[in-house]
This record gives sequence, structure tokens and C-alpha cells, in this order.
Amino acid sequence: MAEAVGAVAESLPGDRARAARTVLDQVVLPGEELLLPEQEDAEGPGGAGERPLRLNAGTRSRGRVVCGPGLRRCGDRLLVTKCGRLRHKEPGGGSGGGVYWVDSQQKRYVPVKGDHVIGIVTAKSGDIFKVDVGGSEPASLSYLAFEGATKRNRPNVQVGDLIYGQFVVANKDMEPEMVCIDSCGRASGMGVIGQDGLLFKVTLGLIRKLLAPDCEILQEVGKLYPLEIVFGMNGRIWVKAKTIQQTLILANILEACEHMTADQRKQIFSRLAES
Amino acid sequence: MQRGLDSETRKQLEEEEKKIISEEHWYLDLPELKEKECFIIEEQSFLLCEDLLYGRMSFRGFNPEVEKLMLQMNAKNKVEEVESEAVELDVSDEEMARRYETLVGTIGKKFAKKRDRANYEEDENGHIKPTVKVKKMFLKPQD
Repeated sequence: MAEAVGAVAESLPGDRARAARTVLDQVVLPGEELLLPEQEDAEGPGGAGERPLRLNAGTRSRGRVVCGPGLRRCGDRLLVTKCGRLRHKEPGGGSGGGVYWVDSQQKRYVPVKGDHVIGIVTAKSGDIFKVDVGGSEPASLSYLAFEGATKRNRPNVQVGDLIYGQFVVANKDMEPEMVCIDSCGRASGMGVIGQDGLLFKVTLGLIRKLLAPDCEILQEVGKLYPLEIVFGMNGRIWVKAKTIQQTLILANILEACEHMTADQRKQIFSRLAES
Repeated sequence: MQRGLDSETRKQLEEEEKKIISEEHWYLDLPELKEKECFIIEEQSFLLCEDLLYGRMSFRGFNPEVEKLMLQMNAKNKVEEVESEAVELDVSDEEMARRYETLVGTIGKKFAKKRDRANYEEDENGHIKPTVKVKKMFLKPQD
């Protein structure tokens, strides 16, 4: 039986499932199947018919494994749907089996529930605003979804304003909806983004890189001059500094830092610091 | 002569009726399917995967409110130390007690009627306290 399986596997090399553990931080392609650690033990050493006795049988009852962006569930295995590097995060609280996801790069944003994004108000119709977030359709934003907004006290939002909000509904079957308050009813930084400044678009991967907790680029940028930045998960960044020239410099740095090595970046920063 | 049915034939008839009824009920002739317990949850959001910082940032005091927010939100993410140290007291407990003492007098004065306001005098340490006055009883006029 094991031999037959082996023969079949050889004839279709693409279908051989690999253990997720061995592929961490390597490039995976769409269509690959990955085995989770517990399953790979179960498939066991192919030759021996018996399964090794396990004293710690309790590990079978594993917690839930979360498959993140770029992965899908396929029976008991993970199916890769995007090309990129496979990443894994250990569970912090001890529950669950951790998170697996694919670190891929793309420019087109697909609305996801809970994401904070920058949107541009394109239309005002009745009680809702239509906000362009870079997805396949504009998101709707109710005028009551602002802090301190009531039916009589409407928020001061015009067409063309920039809005920083989060999605409450975002799936492929419905029009995305966003709000500018959190679950407690407080704004916590969301709402209309102020005057002036510059909005530009970058890739989604860069945003995540810049928002990582240990990002050096932001620390270095912050030392240059006083500035304000807003990052939207839909690939949009809004920057503002005291003068237009500084704002433009900042925008150029952020756009270019995706393709620069750390050394090149340090050179540029030192040159800027001098001038 | 028996008009009614025999008890046996009655039972048989009932059984036949039940059979007909149960045969009329439709059912799926499939083996029982056990729902597989799935250990894998699908999530499309990057928030679970990576600890991302809050999206609004301000540096070198450009926007003080955003800087305050930054501290708040990023501290929420880092659930390291729940510093339950006592909040720094601007005013000590004793001073608070003293203030409350006088507070009763000043607030009381506010709600006292015009006539009673005269009763509030400054005693000892400059605290406003109501002086207890003897209520004037009706004096019957003497002849």
C-alpha cells in the first residue's frame, strides 16, 4: 500500500505534500499542499506498518491552527493560494496551534474586516458617504459612524475629504462598510484627516514592513524633522510636514525605501541630515 | 352477535395503519455522516499574523494628540506589564479630607435659603461652618 502511494506520488511530483515546518521562510507557490506538524507524524515513517507508540498522546488534541492570508484549508491540509514566503507565529497565550500565513507582495487591495484604511469620499447620498478605498467597489460610511454624531449634529465631511476608518463588513458577497469609531464608540484617531499633506500609494507589503514593531526606517525618519504620517492598510500613505519640500522629501523616501538596502538608506539619511 | 371488531383484528388494523404512516415518511437512506472536527480556521486579516503598530504616527511633536494616541494604542498592543502601581497622587489623602470638610460648608451655603445664609459664619481656621442657632419659638403676647 505504501509502495503504491509512493509510485503515485512520484508520477505527480507537484502533488506531494510537504510538511509546513520544513518550508518555513521559504518560497511557496500556489497549489502546494502543506501538512501540519501533527499530521506529518501520523503519516509517519512510510516503511514501518506500525505507528510508534506515543506516551504523550495528549498532543493529538491540538488547539486550532489559524491559516492566514495566502492559505486555504483543504481537508486537513493547508493549500497555498499566493506565492511568497511561508511564515509562522507561535501562539502567545498557549492556546491554539499558531498562525501560518504567506508573506506575499501585491498592489491591489482587497477589503478585510478590521483593517484600518485611508479612503477618499467620492459621493454623499442621503445618509451615507461613498468612500473609495482602492477595492473593487466603494465602501459605504454612515454619517452616524463618527464620534459624537447624531441625527441633528452631522459630521463635517465633504466630497474629496480623506477619511481614516476601519471596516466592519468586508466580504466578497457584500458591499464593504466602514466606520470611524471603535466598538466603544470612541474615535481613537479615526475620522477625517486634516488639511494639507500628501497622499500617495505604495505596495501593501511595504505598509506592513513599515508598521512592523521594529522598523528602523520609521525611527530614522522620525529624527529628521517634525512630521505626521498616516498609514492605510490599502496601500495609501498620507504625510504632512511643515513645508512642502519636506513633505515631498518624505514621500520620496517612503516610496523608494522599498527597494533600497539598509546601507543605501543610511547614506540617504545622512545626506539629508547634513543639508 | 358482535358488532364491533375483535380485539385482535383491531390490533392488526392499527398496526397496518401505523405501517402505512411510517412508510409515507420520507427519509434519506444514507449512512450517518460524522462531522469532522476541523482544527483549521481561516482568517484573511494580517492583524492576527503580525503585530502591527497603530497606523497614525506623529514625530517630534507635530501633532500632540496623535502622539498621545500612539502611546495609548501601542501600549495596548504590548500586553507586557499591567502596571497596577498606584496612580501618582497630586493631592495627598489628608488634604483631600480637609477639603471635603470645608466643602460641606460652602456647598451647604449655596443651597441654604436667604434667611439661613446668615447662619454660615467663619469659625476657627477660616472654614465656613453653619452655626447652630436656636429656633425662635412663637412667644405668646402677654397681656
